[in-house]
Amino acid sequence: MTWDWGAVRDFMPHFWDGLLVTLQALALGSLISFALGLVWALLMQTPGLPHARTNSRGWYPLVRWPVGIVTEFIRDTPLLVQLFFLFYVLPEWGLTFSALTTGVVAIGLHYSTYTMQVYRAGIEAVPTGQWEAATALSLPPTRTWTAVILPQAIRRVVPALGNYVIAILKDTPVLMAITVLDMLGEARLFSQQHFQFTEPLTVIGVAFVLISYPASLLLRALERRLVR
Amino acid sequence: MTSGLWHLVLSGVWTTLQLLVLGALLATAVSFIVGMARTHRLWIVRFAAGVYTEVFRGTSTLIMIFWVFFVLPLAFGWQLVPMWAGTLALGLTYGAYGAEIVRGALNSVDPAQCEGGIALGFTPWQRMRKILLPQAVPEMIPSFCNLLVELLKGTALVSVMGMGDLAFSGNLVRLALQESAEIYAYILLIYFVIAFLLTRMMRLLEHRLKARAGKTPRPHVLVPEPVGGGLS
Repeated sequence: MTWDWGAVRDFMPHFWDGLLVTLQALALGSLISFALGLVWALLMQTPGLPHARTNSRGWYPLVRWPVGIVTEFIRDTPLLVQLFFLFYVLPEWGLTFSALTTGVVAIGLHYSTYTMQVYRAGIEAVPTGQWEAATALSLPPTRTWTAVILPQAIRRVVPALGNYVIAILKDTPVLMAITVLDMLGEARLFSQQHFQFTEPLTVIGVAFVLISYPASLLLRALERRLVR
Repeated sequence: MTSGLWHLVLSGVWTTLQLLVLGALLATAVSFIVGMARTHRLWIVRFAAGVYTEVFRGTSTLIMIFWVFFVLPLAFGWQLVPMWAGTLALGLTYGAYGAEIVRGALNSVDPAQCEGGIALGFTPWQRMRKILLPQAVPEMIPSFCNLLVELLKGTALVSVMGMGDLAFSGNLVRLALQESAEIYAYILLIYFVIAFLLTRMMRLLEHRLKARAGKTPRPHVLVPEPVGGGLS
């Protein structure tokens, strides 16, 4: 086994470029998945408000069925194939985006189907008394959601959402398959140009551990503070 | 689509299923060994198992696959057949996630059960085999079911290395037909059907195991654990 520090030194500028792209994809992908996941979760709660919790079965399957099926479909199929779908099919339909944009949208869409379940768990964890109090104060449904339910629900799910940020980080290398030059993309390019595979691949592997492990420790601390 | 192209897709399905089964077997073995090691009484064993899970959960599956395909042959002189290389990368990564499931389930067994085993003079291995595992395994099934679906999705990643799995055959058909919407829709549907069948099978298995451990299966709403997540 040979290890060449010279190759590591040559790779580092490319590494920083790749890291920047990875972090961009991570930040934008997370934002989309958080926002879209909340939309899915609220659509899944569509029965007649404000009794959404008490009779959440059997009402308005009109909205919930399609949303449930679509999100389960997205959740159970590989992100890679979804990426290919968006990357190759959208241009055929006359929509052309950059590879990074396509990738960010795909990641956001894919993970929104996960975050929606986190939100749902958070909403279901809000005590029934809160709903009853909102009803007793005759708050309109919009106020009930924005002022009573969501603030409590979201506070509970922040650590779980953070988990998905780490999960998204670990899925960003997939973007390489649609020519995005993220960390893995840069490493592959460098390896193919210099015929040195060991160093760049090991450097980014270590970088991922170095980013995700402290992040998970941070989340654990956050969870202790927020969830009581 | 012509029948020749369908044949291509079917051989892709076969490769994906092979990878899924082999990867799942390796991942199960790894997760039980590492998960039990994390409850071992010697700290050095716990520490080693902890390092393993953190390293393999910390990196991305795709990077692991690249590493096994490109670095392993250079570094150690082992050139693996693509199928085995894919199995190894997937099994080791998903095994690390599975180890956390096993550890969590073992820890959630009532400590009194274990103490009862000690009082009856069971050896540690007997306690594990006769008391802890029969109660812990049914609890693991829903999480393992999620992990299995994640593994199925993970198998698509080997197509990046040129292995002829389902995702790869989709690319070939796209190149042949110069038309992508139809084939990718089919590919996604096939993945979905496989995942659907897997979840149904795992649910049956859970009922059987729970009945054997003397517990009625409770109806539960499952929030999938963030499989790529960093928290245990």
